[in-house]
Amino acid sequence: MDQSCEKVLVRGNEAIAMGAIDAGCRLFFGYPITPQNEIPEYLSKHLPPLGGEFIQAESEIASINLLLGASATGSRAMTSSSSPGISLMQEGISYMAGSELPAVIINISRSGPGLGGISASQGDYFQATRGGGHGDYRVLVLAPSTVQEMYELTYLAFDLAEKYRNPVMILGDALLGQMKEPLIRKKPPPMDLPPKDWALTGAKGRKPNRIKSLYLQEGELTEHNWKLYKKYERMKQEEIRFEVIETEDAHLIIVAFGSMARVARSVVEMARREGVKVGLFRPITLFPYPEKPLREISRRVKHFLTVELNTGQMLEDVRLSVERDAEVYFYGKPPGALPTPEEILEQLKKYYGRSGSA
Amino acid sequence: MPSNHFYYDLIIAGFGGQGVLAIGNLIAYAAMKEGRHVTYLPTYGVEMRGGTANCTVVISSKEIGSPIIYRPHALISMNLPSLLKYGPRVLPKGLIFLNSSLIDLREVNRQDVEVFPVPVNDLAIENGNPRFANMIALGAFIEKTKLVELFTIYESLEKVFDERHHRHIPENIRAIQIGVEYTKRFTPFREEK
Repeated sequence: MDQSCEKVLVRGNEAIAMGAIDAGCRLFFGYPITPQNEIPEYLSKHLPPLGGEFIQAESEIASINLLLGASATGSRAMTSSSSPGISLMQEGISYMAGSELPAVIINISRSGPGLGGISASQGDYFQATRGGGHGDYRVLVLAPSTVQEMYELTYLAFDLAEKYRNPVMILGDALLGQMKEPLIRKKPPPMDLPPKDWALTGAKGRKPNRIKSLYLQEGELTEHNWKLYKKYERMKQEEIRFEVIETEDAHLIIVAFGSMARVARSVVEMARREGVKVGLFRPITLFPYPEKPLREISRRVKHFLTVELNTGQMLEDVRLSVERDAEVYFYGKPPGALPTPEEILEQLKKYYGRSGSA
Repeated sequence: MPSNHFYYDLIIAGFGGQGVLAIGNLIAYAAMKEGRHVTYLPTYGVEMRGGTANCTVVISSKEIGSPIIYRPHALISMNLPSLLKYGPRVLPKGLIFLNSSLIDLREVNRQDVEVFPVPVNDLAIENGNPRFANMIALGAFIEKTKLVELFTIYESLEKVFDERHHRHIPENIRAIQIGVEYTKRFTPFREEK
């Protein structure tokens, strides 16, 4: 594979596929859906020459269960889809969480509910961060904001999935998947990972392993759920990722993730040029949510504007994170026209006046 | 902000099939080769089929925030619907580059922008291949704006185009040069801009 550090201009979707290949993913299962088709397109071409396997399954339900089977063998495997397809996969994701299987699931989300449309949306935030399927479980959710991050976070997702034996989801959207930016295809440093002694690799010479999510013995399931809970708590301790821009002297802070954080970054620049002191807080992990760092900032800054491509989902996590005397405002847009920096700046100025600093 | 900060954005729009995405890809790739930060954002899916096709390119010396631009510095307008949609949004003192083979100059209702008409389809037909109209537009636009070096555009062709199109690269370069020559002939005072 080309590992030179030359810049290439690629779509976010292609960057994800490259990140998966560089992370050692050799098995992909998926079913076509816009706007993520460049991921399977790229992998269908590049996996077979590497000795990997690309399977276009008969449905998303088949894809996720193929993924479950592949990951039970300890192989690095992935599926990708977009919102309606991810809904179909929820049962399988719940089974993988229950069976403690590492797997990477890409959601290049589109708009809903239902078949909705193919435009960008952040309407899947709740589904991604609250579990999505049945049972008391979580998946790690990473929200890239640049093409470079689409590559790096996909790579990271494979490591984190094995570190925790848990599904990891990349939550992007149509804008990030379709946009092209320069990419430096450089592998991140390797992570120390536990041995995969749980994998189903043939039990010759050792005790058989069992992968299951069914626990019927008394007390067994209670214990299993506490074990999972501890894992999620450990994620909260060790995996929080976020970015802050110009927050030191800010009177108001925009909170936005993914594609909207891109627009928000421009808003911060424009506002600063006018002497309006605002900053940006960008969660990179949506679960675990960067509650603590956001709370710390809210001891100093009392005004927050959450900007989302939906009618208010991450807003709840921002409200739960900040100190009680902090005000949290919201500007959101349902699917359709994407908000421009000018539009958000106008909203921001309304609230900035209230921060007593205008 | 320091004055040496470079920033420029443009929207390229036309019918699906006119090659507007290729223009955007080439400008973005060349700017990246020259060390700039770039974003290229196409519209996709339903809009591509028969309707309008457009893409937004941002070039900057700093990391780029929004790839979505409402008021661009420049518009390359390959057909009338795209001029009517994006023309009013071009920033004052900006540039409207229009395909005068398909657009009547009187359709531009702006006094506060520079308008640069190039009959790209006519030039392409005169030179024997109507399919290279987009490359003529690219050449004329680059000569007009000096956004990137022509040489970098030539170098980018083989990176941007799929291998099966590589045998057409010399024709593409020729078409770009026709555009360049056109701009040279019709903007005698461009140094004073």
